[in-house]
Amino acid sequence: MSGEEGAAIIYTLRIKRQKSQGDPSFWQDIEFCCEEGSNETVATALTAINQRTETVDTSGKPVGEIGWECSCLQKKCGACAMVINGKPGLACDAFLKNYKVKGPIVIEPLRKFPVIRDLIVDRSVMRENLKTVHAWMEGKAASVGERQNERMYDASRCLQCGCCLEVCPNFCPGESFVGAAGAIPLSRLIHAAEKDAGKTLKKAYDRKVYQECGKSLACVDICPAKIDIGRTLSSTNALAIWKK
Amino acid sequence: MNEYREEKVNIIGSGLAGLMASITLAKKGISSRLFSVQASERAQSVMAEGGINGALNTMGENDSTEDHFQDTMRAGCDIADPEAVRGLTDAAPQIIEMLRELGVPFDQKADGTIIQRNFGGQKKKRTAYAKSSTGKIIMTALIDEARRYEAEGLIERFSSHELIRLLICDGKAVGAAVKNTYTGELMAVCGPVILACGGMNGMFPGRTTGTTANSGDAAAIAFSQGVIFSNLEMIQYHPTTIAIPGKRCLVSEAARGEGGRLYIERDGKPWYFMEEKYPELGNLMPRDVVSREMYFALHDEDLGDQVYLDLTGLPKETWKKKLPDLRQEIMDYLSIDPARVLVPVEPGIHYFMGGIHVDVKHRTNIRNLYAAGECCSQYHGANRLGGNSLLGAIYGGMTAADTVLRDDILTGNLCDEAKWQGCISEIDETACSNIHATPEVAAKTAHILYNALGIVREETTMQRAKNEIEKLIEENRNRPRDLPRLNLAEAMLSSAISRRESRGAHYRSDFPQRDENFQGYTRVQCPARRELPSFTHCE
Repeated sequence: MSGEEGAAIIYTLRIKRQKSQGDPSFWQDIEFCCEEGSNETVATALTAINQRTETVDTSGKPVGEIGWECSCLQKKCGACAMVINGKPGLACDAFLKNYKVKGPIVIEPLRKFPVIRDLIVDRSVMRENLKTVHAWMEGKAASVGERQNERMYDASRCLQCGCCLEVCPNFCPGESFVGAAGAIPLSRLIHAAEKDAGKTLKKAYDRKVYQECGKSLACVDICPAKIDIGRTLSSTNALAIWKK
Repeated sequence: MNEYREEKVNIIGSGLAGLMASITLAKKGISSRLFSVQASERAQSVMAEGGINGALNTMGENDSTEDHFQDTMRAGCDIADPEAVRGLTDAAPQIIEMLRELGVPFDQKADGTIIQRNFGGQKKKRTAYAKSSTGKIIMTALIDEARRYEAEGLIERFSSHELIRLLICDGKAVGAAVKNTYTGELMAVCGPVILACGGMNGMFPGRTTGTTANSGDAAAIAFSQGVIFSNLEMIQYHPTTIAIPGKRCLVSEAARGEGGRLYIERDGKPWYFMEEKYPELGNLMPRDVVSREMYFALHDEDLGDQVYLDLTGLPKETWKKKLPDLRQEIMDYLSIDPARVLVPVEPGIHYFMGGIHVDVKHRTNIRNLYAAGECCSQYHGANRLGGNSLLGAIYGGMTAADTVLRDDILTGNLCDEAKWQGCISEIDETACSNIHATPEVAAKTAHILYNALGIVREETTMQRAKNEIEKLIEENRNRPRDLPRLNLAEAMLSSAISRRESRGAHYRSDFPQRDENFQGYTRVQCPARRELPSFTHCE
């Protein structure tokens, strides 16, 4: 951890709780103390709170284990996506020092997916969507130039975290549009395909991305992996729609 | 308990090894169930950065699979099975070609040939890479490939499922009991089992570079059910890690491969100790050597108290084209730009060379039970080369799947109904509600292990640690949640105590030399608590 040692500072995390899928949700305010300026994140705060033996909220009610998912803690896996102060992002990338101390940091599960427990949501709809667009290589990948290789690299970094779907006004689970989380993997495959191959992929891209995207571009700035979504989509449009 | 009697191959773990096993089976028309605590996109394999080794010989250095074999054996200090390593290094070029055909965008030259970079312990540029996110990029391609077979019904992905118990009947594996952590549903699935559950990070929570989702419980369960483990003392400390909240974060060896230099202050000036001590490979000596030299430097009173990685001399183009993700990561978590500022680094636990003991075809000691990837002890001997883990996971997964097919297990008669029911009836469904060790026991165990199994070890400390674990075993004898972990912890310490020499990642201050009497692997099976592990010599 870097930075000079600072004074103790107390953040209040306002967490949306839900015991299980059918239960009503409720809010709990939980205090978390750390050094001012330290590199603590929402992820480390949740870990620390869960490690305490008997945590109570600010009104004295027991907290119990807060359900959330994490894996890499360094922005490589997308497991810990949630909504923090109204904005979807990764808990491991949400540094507390970037939030105001006054007023709570409001933490909720992603809202486009069914809640399993607390901050855990079932994101399997993304996987199912990728099946519907046949997101796998058609034949062998082509030899590509540097620019195309770069686009494939960028698209390969998609975390399947679901943040882009959270902000998308057009995406609704169960409907045809697959959103950026479907478009980006398709983009890798379309860029990798031989010139005359990838017809199924291109058709799926046309039908389930190009024709249904409302071009709100809400996804462009939200990607935690900082994939250049605008550029990726325009480059894929050229290959799949304009056949350039 | 819901029963799934149709015989399919059950794969525990959906990282690189598990995915590759399922794809290999599906290509031959064989169905598999792929279980994992989280989806493949969250597996530790996505965290691998630097690259994958294979003697493609694209850099005009006259590289060969023989050189790759020799380097792997030498780095592993000659205790890996040479036949297995030969298979790995011979297959590597085809594996990289297969990945390319699946659309993995390796960094390439203008003519399209793959560029390879230097990695530790290898004199030739042999590591193919996709900037500094190679694991993630390869996983994306393999997840897409697995999807093809998912759509055909040949692969069923069960994310959010954890192993409860192996189903073993008359000495052979007939399936597994797993729990859906979202719904609580318990499932008994029939068929051979491939364990691909990753390294034992969960034995050292917060102290490794690996995933925090790995609790270590799957390995502990397998061990407690009689699966033989080997070389448990061989724990790799990667030289360059940084502390980030909640865990350690890797600074890829690629940083040194591209020109990064390690130094410590001596008399107020930087001392590039690796370059002075090892003029040929310098900062790119194998990881065990570099970590040990860092340890010695830090414990020398005449030297500074921090080792730095100097990346300030790397060209702009290298940062942009080869290490952009690494730079971003350091900026995010240390708030410094490594292109301008020295990076304070420390060795941290990164990889487990030891694990489930498998033969050259990835069979365990239990019939119909196989293991692949980091959870098994196979290719890396006493020390793994950077760039060989992705390769080992892919090749191991392929080999395990091929062996399942060769062993011709899926006959439909794996287990008769009476025996199957007998097997299931042994499962205590109440106890299955939580199989994880209690947090206090897990924390105590980790503390004891970490203090005894550092970079430099010695008998008294390890014996004291073993006594402490034995005491915990006595105290928790009636707690099925804790015993498997404690037994595995004791086995790790026993293995380290029994190897009275220094070799690779296992360095003992009381036995600082390599002793050819120990040229082999330690082998340990539960419940042999009071006995030292048996020792098997390499042939």
